[in-house]
Amino acid sequence: MRLDAVARSFDGTRNVLRDINLDIAPGEIVALIGASGSGKSTLLRQVSGLDRPDAGTVTIDGTPLVGVDQRCAVAFQEPRLLPWRSVAHNVEVGLPRGIGRAHGRARVAELLELVQLSDSAHLRPSQISGGMAQRAALARALARGPGVLLLDEPFGALDALTRLTMQDLLLEIHAAVPATILFVTHDVEEALYLADRVVLLGVESGYPPHSGAVIRSVVPVPGTRPRDRARSSLSHLRASLLEGLGVPTHHPAHTF
Amino acid sequence: MLVGAIVPIALLVAWQLIVMLHLIPAYRLPSPLSVLNAGVDLSNRGLLGIDVAISTQRVLIGFTIGSTVGLIVAAVVGLSGFGSRLLSPTLGAIRAVPSLAWVPLLGLYLGINEDSKVVLIAIGAFFPVYTTVSGALRHVNPQLVEAGRAYGFGGLRLLRLVQLPAVVPSVISGLRLALAQSWLFLVAGELLGASLGLGYLLVDSQQTGRIDRLFLTIILLGVLGKATDALIGLLERYLLKRWG
Repeated sequence: MRLDAVARSFDGTRNVLRDINLDIAPGEIVALIGASGSGKSTLLRQVSGLDRPDAGTVTIDGTPLVGVDQRCAVAFQEPRLLPWRSVAHNVEVGLPRGIGRAHGRARVAELLELVQLSDSAHLRPSQISGGMAQRAALARALARGPGVLLLDEPFGALDALTRLTMQDLLLEIHAAVPATILFVTHDVEEALYLADRVVLLGVESGYPPHSGAVIRSVVPVPGTRPRDRARSSLSHLRASLLEGLGVPTHHPAHTF
Repeated sequence: MLVGAIVPIALLVAWQLIVMLHLIPAYRLPSPLSVLNAGVDLSNRGLLGIDVAISTQRVLIGFTIGSTVGLIVAAVVGLSGFGSRLLSPTLGAIRAVPSLAWVPLLGLYLGINEDSKVVLIAIGAFFPVYTTVSGALRHVNPQLVEAGRAYGFGGLRLLRLVQLPAVVPSVISGLRLALAQSWLFLVAGELLGASLGLGYLLVDSQQTGRIDRLFLTIILLGVLGKATDALIGLLERYLLKRWG
């Protein structure tokens, strides 16, 4: 997936994104972080086709995106399940067009198995917990067999413990179905645990706030997954990313 | 069901007691039995059945037309910003016209016949459906709509996936109100010019001083209104089982 000089502004004056260039390899996991309002979600919306850039192009496998692209699937911060449909029927919504009935049902069952919801397939969204709902939303996103999975703060609304289990689940899914994953997070720990590379969005220093966010830095995360959550060698990365977000870390400089 | 029967039975008993104790003279309050007899008498002469049938038919036709058009217009106004800007001021103004103001005009245009009554009832049924459903469509959770779009749904398929199921409860309450309005407009239309129907029976009974028939008609209107409302209740149960 390639983003080439992508820019987006609202009302013609308020630039949100400017000159975003990013290449993502197939199967790579990339985290987008940035202070709130830095255009992370807006960038994700350009890739998902829910919004269109004012300038620049987004291409997947060399061909440009057309509207809401079948090759991408999105999951949002909220599960956004349809309350009048059962979990299984909600997952069905994500199936690609023209898939046979029997084939579709088998695929839904398979996905529910993958996100460990087989026993709750018949329940309505109001009858399951937030973490289960988010897993159902993930299954819905996976249903079309997307080449690119776009996640907008997918675990942001979950409690800390559920978030950790969901992160591991996402890695299991990625190991089983190696899609390219681009996800937005405000959690540096999460970015460092999951991603191959962390992209920091923000307005360049010295520019006015409405000049539009650019890619401030792209940080490769060393080590193979699953990573040790308590690994201390990442602490300098954590500190520099937090500084980039404008959060003072009180981390002694040059300890690495 | 049984608890709901307590009040009507108590009212009936109180009514009978008042009559038996002569608290109110019979020319002002007929006995339950005389009301029943009036009904038996009218139906034996084949008059009551026709009045009930013609009134019910007018209501059902007018309600069906009015609520169908109401649903369609509500979809246009509720789903498209342009449709809303174009239509809702005008419809709001028409809604503000007291409904009985249409009666003389409809009589002049269509004559005092079936058409004018059905149109009047359709107008009465249109607005409750239009108002509740267009408002509900406008307030469908935008996040769910966006999720639908993100999975490639648009237009009518999106309407079927997200918007329609989301407004099922509003559609039902709109239909309920519309049905009540339909009976209201039926009586209004028939009071002002008809030779058949329950409204006509009201006017005729008033002019001939048949208070037993007045009571009979009022009770019949209540029973018929409740019975047709029960049909909507069946529809509600079906729809909510599917989308509730």
